[in-house]
Amino acid sequence: MTVYAYVVAGYLLLIGCYGVARSRNLVHTAVCVSIAQSGTYVLLLAVGYQAGGTAPVFGSNTPVDAAVVDPVVQAMTLTDIVVSGTVTALLLALAAQIAKRHGTVDPDELHALRG
Amino acid sequence: MSRTARMIVFGVGAAGVGVSLLLAFLRLPAFGATVHPYRDLSVPAAIQHSTANVISSINFDQRALDTLGEEIILMGSVLGAATLLRTARGESETAPPDEGRVLPATRLLGYLLLPVTLLIGFDVVLHGHLTPGGGFQGGVVLATGLHLAYLTGRYQVLRRLRPLSWYTYGEALGAGAFAVLGVVGLVASSAFLANFLPFGRFEQPLSAGAVPLLNFAVGCEVASGVVVLLAAFLKQALVVEGGSR
Amino acid sequence: MTTVLLALLFTLVAVAGTVVVWADKPGRQAVVLSVFGLALTVLFVVLQAPDVALSQLAVGTAVVPLMVLLTTRKVRRLRGERR
Repeated sequence: MTVYAYVVAGYLLLIGCYGVARSRNLVHTAVCVSIAQSGTYVLLLAVGYQAGGTAPVFGSNTPVDAAVVDPVVQAMTLTDIVVSGTVTALLLALAAQIAKRHGTVDPDELHALRG
Repeated sequence: MSRTARMIVFGVGAAGVGVSLLLAFLRLPAFGATVHPYRDLSVPAAIQHSTANVISSINFDQRALDTLGEEIILMGSVLGAATLLRTARGESETAPPDEGRVLPATRLLGYLLLPVTLLIGFDVVLHGHLTPGGGFQGGVVLATGLHLAYLTGRYQVLRRLRPLSWYTYGEALGAGAFAVLGVVGLVASSAFLANFLPFGRFEQPLSAGAVPLLNFAVGCEVASGVVVLLAAFLKQALVVEGGSR
Repeated sequence: MTTVLLALLFTLVAVAGTVVVWADKPGRQAVVLSVFGLALTVLFVVLQAPDVALSQLAVGTAVVPLMVLLTTRKVRRLRGERR
């Protein structure tokens, strides 16, 4: 378990990149990029986790001196997710535009078109 | 490049990245360990500024400048996607396909959940400094909630609920307000985006200084941005015809 | 107990990610992506990150899969027009 969490993060990055390399559809490519990016969420949160720690939100259940998990990596992941969502939107919009211009979203066919 | 060649290049590159990642992972502190130097610095700082949700304190107080950068990335992406998806020359807008096959139960659920989700969204934005949540999450919840109207099967209802120009202004206003609050921090306090309001009492609705205001600005921007994005995608998928050469 | 749960959830996330990459039809991929987003959400909750989980729930299981579906529909319509 000590490195398993990190290995899963690295695996997500690599499988996402594999999907990009293998992709035959630009919409599929954009989704694979977002899978690769989700590796960063898993890595960041795994680095910040502490066994037995609680969420870094103080309140009636969490006194100020309680052991909490690292909030800095959580704040980074939070904005990471929202930014990833909008960047995926931009990539999908590009795919739609390519479909309009060339009538295909297969990267290989696009190469053939440019010839 | 042929497909086989591409996969070979990928395989070599992935093996290299994989091995270096693994070597790096083996030297990281073990998963679940107790050593977290960043936490030990940021948690006292958040408590000193009486912000119960430490994550909000980090995003909007301790590293608010980074958040401004992220906001600008977000705005740029929304702007780019909306520009790419606008109705181009040679395209025409047809009447939207109204009234698909929607189960009455689904429609009822859509109508019932719409106000509930909007309320939750506002709550998440406004209490971001006290409970889990904040402008980023609440904004997306608000925008998604609005699109429950589409679940009812009526694109027209959604369109009426969503005067799009308001949301483009909302996005600009949200981003602008964040920057203005930053300048106010520069003038009234020590630095750009520095906290300039009294911190109030820990865990009270009015606490954490300027964090709730910044949360609100971000909520405004994210909600409007996502609405603009989804509107552009919906319009292209449902209404716009033609355009392919 | 938590360790076992975490190990299971990490495995689930890895498997779900693999399924998303292997799904060839984008329409189906949007659905699997939503499931992947949900798995990540549960993992984040167990990792004591409720803020992140909320964000992932809204973005990863709702907004992004919806945009994927809409883009797929647009692409399919364009192909239909050309034929």
